[in-house]
Amino acid sequence: MNAAVKELQDFRREVASWLEQNNPRDPGFLLPQSFMEVGTEQQLDFLREWQHKVWSAGYLGMAWPKEYGGQGVDPIYQSVVDQEMRRQAVPICFNVIGLGWAGPLINDIGSEEEKQRYLKGILNAEDIWCQGFSEPDHGSDLGNARTRAEREGDEYVINGTKIWTTLGNYAKYMILLARTNTETERKYDGLSFFLAPMSVDGIDTRPIRKLTGEYGFTETFFTDARIPANCIMGEEGQGWKIAMQTLQYERGAEAGAAGGLQFVRIVIDDLVKQLRDVTRDGRPVLEDPVIRDQLVSLIMEEKAVTLGDRRSGISALTSDYPLSLPLSSKLRWTEYTRRMRQFAINAQGADGALYVGDDRAPEGGFWQRAYMNSFSATIGGGTSQVQANIVAEHVLGLPK
Amino acid sequence: MSVLGNTAVSFGDEQSMLLDYARSYCADRGGVEAARQRLEEDTEFAPETWQEIVEMGWTGIGVDEAYGGAGLGIGAAVPVLESMGRALLGTPLMSSLLAAQLLQRANAVAAADVLNAIVGGDAATVAQLEGEDWGASAAPATSLEGDAVTGIKKLVMDGASARWLVVVASRGDDTVLAVVDANNLPDGAVNPRVLMDNTHRAADINFDAVPATLVIDGDAVGSALRDYLLLGALLVAAESAGAAATCLDTTVDYLKTRKQFGKLIGSYQALKHPAVEILSQVDNARSFIYHGATLVDDQALSKDAEIACRMAKAQATDTLKFAGDRAVQFHGGMGFTWDCDAQLFLRRAHWAQQQFGDAQHHRRRLGDLLL
Repeated sequence: MNAAVKELQDFRREVASWLEQNNPRDPGFLLPQSFMEVGTEQQLDFLREWQHKVWSAGYLGMAWPKEYGGQGVDPIYQSVVDQEMRRQAVPICFNVIGLGWAGPLINDIGSEEEKQRYLKGILNAEDIWCQGFSEPDHGSDLGNARTRAEREGDEYVINGTKIWTTLGNYAKYMILLARTNTETERKYDGLSFFLAPMSVDGIDTRPIRKLTGEYGFTETFFTDARIPANCIMGEEGQGWKIAMQTLQYERGAEAGAAGGLQFVRIVIDDLVKQLRDVTRDGRPVLEDPVIRDQLVSLIMEEKAVTLGDRRSGISALTSDYPLSLPLSSKLRWTEYTRRMRQFAINAQGADGALYVGDDRAPEGGFWQRAYMNSFSATIGGGTSQVQANIVAEHVLGLPK
Repeated sequence: MSVLGNTAVSFGDEQSMLLDYARSYCADRGGVEAARQRLEEDTEFAPETWQEIVEMGWTGIGVDEAYGGAGLGIGAAVPVLESMGRALLGTPLMSSLLAAQLLQRANAVAAADVLNAIVGGDAATVAQLEGEDWGASAAPATSLEGDAVTGIKKLVMDGASARWLVVVASRGDDTVLAVVDANNLPDGAVNPRVLMDNTHRAADINFDAVPATLVIDGDAVGSALRDYLLLGALLVAAESAGAAATCLDTTVDYLKTRKQFGKLIGSYQALKHPAVEILSQVDNARSFIYHGATLVDDQALSKDAEIACRMAKAQATDTLKFAGDRAVQFHGGMGFTWDCDAQLFLRRAHWAQQQFGDAQHHRRRLGDLLL
């Protein structure tokens, strides 16, 4: 075994052991299943403390430079941490807009001053970030953003509305896409990108209650909100380009993100485990032939995704439609997830009708909540129907 | 341990070259036009095509080099059969490879002559089914007494073109393999059936005290039969995945050229979205068959390999069924005609799903393996 492999293995053991000792386990109240569901101060404080603890141990932002709160090591180390976190199902690192988008962006193209000011606060969870891209009338169609930013002296005056602002009511900063010029030939060229403080007058947030009954998003209103002019990133008119760059960081530590879990990962094994104690017709539900047939189909579907990942690295086996696996992965995984969770509730028997708050709800209503939350992925980031159009047009070459 | 288990997919340069070559060869010799021309012929393949296949060494895939084999594992049959499926090119290759697998796994030394003959171009097949039930566990009603084989075997794949028939028979309490030379069958013993898919052929065979050239018995027969059924499932899956891919391409071509109500019909989401669903399923089918190809070897098949073969079959023939069904529908009035190629795929699907057990058969066994 070479030294580098050995070092990584040792590191993995060290992380595993630290996580085992420090995993806070069940806090006695409902924890969010993703960073989009932080709805109470209690949850916020808990998650803030956890992220701070992970960072203090040196396990967050490992690939970011030391002078800004990172460890300055190869991203592979953060990937190891993330894998172990997933394996041990520890709580999420909730400051995702900062860790996953704003932070990497500032690392890549920010000024020295911006790096000094923002990066460490992202990692240690002191500064929570949110994102202001989507607008009420332009769901996924970012190019059409209407929120205005008008330069007045050494300030920009912001007017407009953003929606689906995750953590909007807790955030100190927002990455904001706003229109500085309404006269450009291409709509994209009128957009600019800001690192905007949320504490100034004229910014109001209204929490949005989701179908699960939880909070986590806000609608964010700007009414003559004045932010310092030096909050702009790059130049006026570069907003679209920077926003697109921002969306590239999602893919984990290798792509620049600080790391940490963003979601509670729910896989088919969790479903099988959950059904172990359920009975149907007086027998374990897992012995029911119809349930078994459906469950095997779901297992195959999840396995096919993993096998597809393996196959996608083999060019001889992807030559027909090289873009098929990458372009359809969001559609397939999110739709699978939704159906798998729906099936879980179905298979639970009578108690499957119970919900969070009932003391007999299976796993505290975990699956009921998870199923409803799965729509955030089949709708957000482009609905499944839009995704299917994309695959049809860009992979199969079908006409618009 | 995750219920997903083994998720290996590997594919080396040699296999890539084989896949490339097989695809271009099969496209050249096969294709829907060629397949249609053979529909009314006595055999589904042209004799010169079979000769070329033999010369290319494909009949030796999976056969040990000691018996003239190609030095490739049986997993290499997956890219070849996928390519044949793409071109709807029916030949006795699959049945011959499977007969060779069964013999080699049961007792290669005893079967050396027959294995050499199969590699050299004698078509062979396994005569197993006695009814409609791939899950039947009873001992074969077909019996072996002395060297005489007696019984009726049903739906023997390529039964009319095979020179060697590996008959699964009972001898007392034992299940044995009796190898019958088709030249020893009397006239009228082989009864070709009318199949949904005539790009493949099958026959019922009436063995009436026919002499066996060779009998293979012993402990390995049981495990060889099990592996034969799993490999059969995998190879039919490979062929089906290939056929489904061509079926998708055929449908997509039509959606891109046919206009109705002033628009290309491929612009309608009601057609677009199912086409994407077919694509996803074809992707899954290909992932499963190459996963299977990765895990099968010349040892007794592992549990992981069994899971892989069963998943491949369950996925690929359901995929082809869905693709063929939608292909007919999406071709509209044209799809209802004999001349539309969509029906060829639909027919192939319903042949394929009934070989080596359908999707429910395999999912049921997967449930026992996984849950």
